[in-house]
Amino acid sequence: MEYVVIAYLFLSILLYVVLGGADFGAGIIELFTSARNKNRTRDTLYRAIGPIWEANHMWLIITIVILFVAYPLIYAEMSVYLHIPLLVMLFGIIARGTAFVFRHYDAVKDDMQHLYNRIYFASSFITPLFLGIIAGSVISGHIDHAATSFADVYIFSWLNWFSIGVGLFVVALCGFLASVYLIGETDNPEDRRRFINKARHMNIAAVASGVYVFITAWIDGIPLVNWIFGTTIGLIAVIAASISLVVLWILIYSGNAIIIRMLAGFQVTMILLALGYAHFPDFIVITNGTNLTLMDHRATMQTINALGWALLIGTIFIIPALFYLYYKFKHKEYPHE
Amino acid sequence: MDDFLAARSQMALSLGFHIIYACIGMVMPFFMAIAHYKWFRTNNIVYRNITRAWSKGVAIFFATGAVSGTVLSFELGLLWPGFMKHAGPIFGMPFSLEGTAFFIEAIALGFFLYGWDKLNKWFHWFTGIVVGVSGLASGILVVSANAWMNSPAGFDYVNGEYINIDPIQAMFNDAWFSQALHMTLAAFAATGFAVAGVHALMILRKKNEVFHTKAFRIAIVFGAIAALLQPVSGDISAKDVTQRQPAKLAAMEALYKTEKAAPLIIGGIPDEETQTVNYKIELPGMLSFLAHGDFTHEVTGLDRIPKENHPPVAITHFAFQIMVGIGSFLVLLALLYFISLKKRSWYDRKWFLKLFVMAIPLGFIAVEAGWVVTEVGRQPWIIYNVMRTADAVTPMPGIAYSFYMFTAIYLSLTAVVIFLLRRQIQMVPVLYDRNDSTNPPAH
Repeated sequence: MEYVVIAYLFLSILLYVVLGGADFGAGIIELFTSARNKNRTRDTLYRAIGPIWEANHMWLIITIVILFVAYPLIYAEMSVYLHIPLLVMLFGIIARGTAFVFRHYDAVKDDMQHLYNRIYFASSFITPLFLGIIAGSVISGHIDHAATSFADVYIFSWLNWFSIGVGLFVVALCGFLASVYLIGETDNPEDRRRFINKARHMNIAAVASGVYVFITAWIDGIPLVNWIFGTTIGLIAVIAASISLVVLWILIYSGNAIIIRMLAGFQVTMILLALGYAHFPDFIVITNGTNLTLMDHRATMQTINALGWALLIGTIFIIPALFYLYYKFKHKEYPHE
Repeated sequence: MDDFLAARSQMALSLGFHIIYACIGMVMPFFMAIAHYKWFRTNNIVYRNITRAWSKGVAIFFATGAVSGTVLSFELGLLWPGFMKHAGPIFGMPFSLEGTAFFIEAIALGFFLYGWDKLNKWFHWFTGIVVGVSGLASGILVVSANAWMNSPAGFDYVNGEYINIDPIQAMFNDAWFSQALHMTLAAFAATGFAVAGVHALMILRKKNEVFHTKAFRIAIVFGAIAALLQPVSGDISAKDVTQRQPAKLAAMEALYKTEKAAPLIIGGIPDEETQTVNYKIELPGMLSFLAHGDFTHEVTGLDRIPKENHPPVAITHFAFQIMVGIGSFLVLLALLYFISLKKRSWYDRKWFLKLFVMAIPLGFIAVEAGWVVTEVGRQPWIIYNVMRTADAVTPMPGIAYSFYMFTAIYLSLTAVVIFLLRRQIQMVPVLYDRNDSTNPPAH
């Protein structure tokens, strides 16, 4: 059962990055869209993510519940040492969720829309940035139990070039996912071209920030290269991701929207797999080398069993409903709402 | 502000904010389902419009409730890591089930809000019901987790270790039923009266009277029935608290001295120094009766409880008075409503409608007061008789600043939500009811 729980933990993180990430990415794309096209982009975007965004963000809740029920020490450790970035991420989550709904459900469309938009853009950028910073900090080994000053304990645990690099990488990844996703949401050739262009820019940004992450990891002495290229699984995953990226760019002009979405999702899966596989079972890396691991720092088996069953039973209810939701709202016609 | 107080304040603020949105988000879907059903049955377009108007409110409240709920799941650790480190595996079961319920609620809401004219009409109606039922389930599960803090179960605490953990037993702790029942009824009463009150206000202003009258009648039935049932659930809770948490009961009633035939104290200002209550009204023997079902039974006072385990008496007592006072007022209002079903002419009377307008915030004030009773009344414990709140707080300094930020954010969110609702209501004549304002009121 403990592997069931671990599988759900990675699955929920993955789905949050892919689905929730595409939602954040939609805001990032809108931010980088010229004023002339903003309204049209917003329209496509609203039709695409309006019905499903709440469900996409549930994966974060599942992740956090698994963490605090099954790995309370890891959850408590993150809560203490990464308090500040978690707080910023929460502010981003509040701002993004509410601004997105408020701008749509404001019965009068006036200057308030600018305010909602500004908040929506800023939070769509900040939230994945800090999500990445948190992920980077968890593995970068700057959490120092021996530290005493406020700055060393609560700030330099996460504020370093590597973590920021991971943050930027996640932002670019979200933008890329969203652009690829939105290509399939419009029939207008001009819009399609614009989204393809966006996907290209975001892809370049992701590669650039990825390179930056490797460089900072090397400077910082984080064995990122070893983690990813040092294991067979990691190597296969990276090669698979690269090949699928090439296929995606070949198919992007003509291909089936579902296939290119799958390919983009596949790439993210491979990246997380490569990293997760090498890193497992460690979860949080601590300066003195006593890492918190998913095997040694889990709750008792009674709890793990109960949680595992709850997740398995929950899945029976959630998955069919979720698929039907995606299926039902995948049509491109304008909804009446 | 010291860090401990700041952490408690931030938690209280976040819960106090979330609870309002959660209540509305779980109750309003049932109002919508009734209006929706009436539309199918009567073919009267007004019911369809009411459903749609309410669904926009639900979308706004659900989104705000969902993000504030997400925040809470992090705040548990951000503010109380010492608590979560031990409690997570024990009382986590309802949270893992709640994850599913909440997920289903979000999916169903997507169907409901965007499914107009796209789905089979009964399937569409059904998704609205699913939103309500899963919302209700979420609420009950979260309350059951809170009940565990009041009534710890499902583990043995030996030499500072938490062993023999049984998450299922923890979930079905002694307090879960009475707390969940009281909270669920409170959610229906508060939301019912608040929604009905808003529509009563619009009837008073002679705007779209057909629309608002129909909406009023649906909402008030839920509110009135819940308000009438609430005293029964309150009685169950009181007897339960007497058994499990005598310190809380004593604080609620500001009972400093253990007494036989203890009086029920109404109002009054507790004085910590002299251990007395000034300016009170006493009903002799009533507390003994309410707590034990016997006018002469002994009720444990604060003198039997070590000083360091006393909850803050004044806050708990005041909050309890406010809750019971408002609850009683809503019971009267509920009775008045049922009488008005016979006396139709009351509908045109201003005093009648004004009473309901007055009640708009009252139910939620009572909900907040009730939470103050149960949370402040549990202090100084975070896990009753096992772990002190002060031992659970985060070591991080400067929590006051995060408290100020959350206060600013939640205040502005509240302001924006009120602003949005006002606009939605103002747009009723344009969006749903173009001709109605000139029509005579229909009865």
